[in-house]
Amino acid sequence: MEINDTTGKEIVIDIKELYKSFGDNHVLRGVNLEVDRGENVVVLGRSGTGKSVLIKIICGLLTQDEGSVIVLGEDVKNLRARELEALRLKVGFSFQMSALYDSMTVKENIAFPLMRNFKHLTKAEVKKRVDEVLDAVSLIKSRDQYPAELSGGQKKRIGIARTLVLRPEIMLYDEPTAGLDPISSIEINSLINSIKKEFGVSSIIITHDLVCAKVTGDRLVMMFDGVVQKQGTFEQVFDSNDERIKSFYEYNFT
Amino acid sequence: MEIATTKKEKYYLSKGIDGFFISASKTFRFVFNYFIELFRPPYEFGEIVKQCYKVGCDSLPLISLTGFIIGIVFTKQSRPSLSDFGATSWLPSLIGIAVFRALAPLVTALICAGKVGSSIGAELGAMKVTEQIEAMDVSASKPYKYLVFTRVTACVFMMPLLMLYTSFVALLGSYINVQTNEHTSLATFIANAFDKINFLDLKASVIKAVVFGFTIGMVACYKGFTTTRGTEGVGKAANAAVVTAMYLIFIEELMIVQIVGWFR
Repeated sequence: MEINDTTGKEIVIDIKELYKSFGDNHVLRGVNLEVDRGENVVVLGRSGTGKSVLIKIICGLLTQDEGSVIVLGEDVKNLRARELEALRLKVGFSFQMSALYDSMTVKENIAFPLMRNFKHLTKAEVKKRVDEVLDAVSLIKSRDQYPAELSGGQKKRIGIARTLVLRPEIMLYDEPTAGLDPISSIEINSLINSIKKEFGVSSIIITHDLVCAKVTGDRLVMMFDGVVQKQGTFEQVFDSNDERIKSFYEYNFT
Repeated sequence: MEIATTKKEKYYLSKGIDGFFISASKTFRFVFNYFIELFRPPYEFGEIVKQCYKVGCDSLPLISLTGFIIGIVFTKQSRPSLSDFGATSWLPSLIGIAVFRALAPLVTALICAGKVGSSIGAELGAMKVTEQIEAMDVSASKPYKYLVFTRVTACVFMMPLLMLYTSFVALLGSYINVQTNEHTSLATFIANAFDKINFLDLKASVIKAVVFGFTIGMVACYKGFTTTRGTEGVGKAANAAVVTAMYLIFIEELMIVQIVGWFR
């Protein structure tokens, strides 16, 4: 796998000159981005600037028009179906609206990807792994509840637990704190940090929430007009005279 | 920082023609994928049984009522014409032929297209717009196999059984009417009803039911999987699943009747 010359760390996601359009809507216009192993990268930007499209391309849900996306040493676009499935087991995706299977209970939701991918696991082993991740997201008591009975924050945590159960190397979070109250947002932010610490995963976090960005991000990437406008630490990114970046900061903090 | 220029879109022929062929190829691949999955274990037997139960239970009350009433009404409507020729004793064989050759497969398929097709279209449509299908995809849980293969297979298995059940209740309805008016015994009714039915008729009906079942399941799953635009899209997917399946069922009925005619 490739090594980052600056940090000396292994690069787990390497995106070069990424273009993606939907008809006349040119969403990504040459994005370049690298993520190191064990690093939390926060991607900020206006709605419709292609942040969600970016992470959907990383896990192969969408295909780019041009450019390359190398994830854990594999070129996502050129993978065969089985190779893509193998890669997806290493890349967790937390959806903005949680995307829990509403006909299944919490424990069935979490056991589902496990049972479909690791058929050799016994019921006891599945139960143990389900309880392990439910414990990690502090929702062990909700194991028999249905998604409709959970709050927004609980749904997000179960959604994250469902991806964690596959023990991924990379996590992709799509707006993890969107629509949540401040207390739930704090819980999600600390969950993201504890996942990084306990499971050693690298993450891309898509958000508009600057508190979430500041608390969870090792590096921030500001996207405007389908390209990476600026990147660095929280302070480096917001030490800017760019009106759009300033308005982002002012809306959240002043 | 300088903003990169937009890459210009390239088309082989034109945007519209390219779009048509891309969409046709996607539909073809969606259908063809089923036959690939047929030869690729595991077969999700548990989920198929669950779906078979749903397909059967969903349709049974309506099919029972419709089949029974069709049997009675068809017998009542045919009696005056046959009576003019003094041929009311032919009623059981007329009903037998009508039910087995045409009515049972078609009526069962149309009811299931409405009841099962709309239910599958709406269920998968709702899963699509709430990103549940994408969630299965990103966790390598093979949503096509789990959602489409199982539902289409359940429709293919259940449709012939439901068709035979419809035939049974339609003949029961007809028998009650014939017994009331002509006082025909059950043994005579059965003997006459099946007198003109041969193995080809039964085979053709079962083939029709299998084709209709495949059509209903596949159209509903496709419409569900391609749902866009939120809750409005779910309603449209359910509606399109029924309407498209019905159009195709009529076309297939015509084609199968024509082909079977060559073997008579």
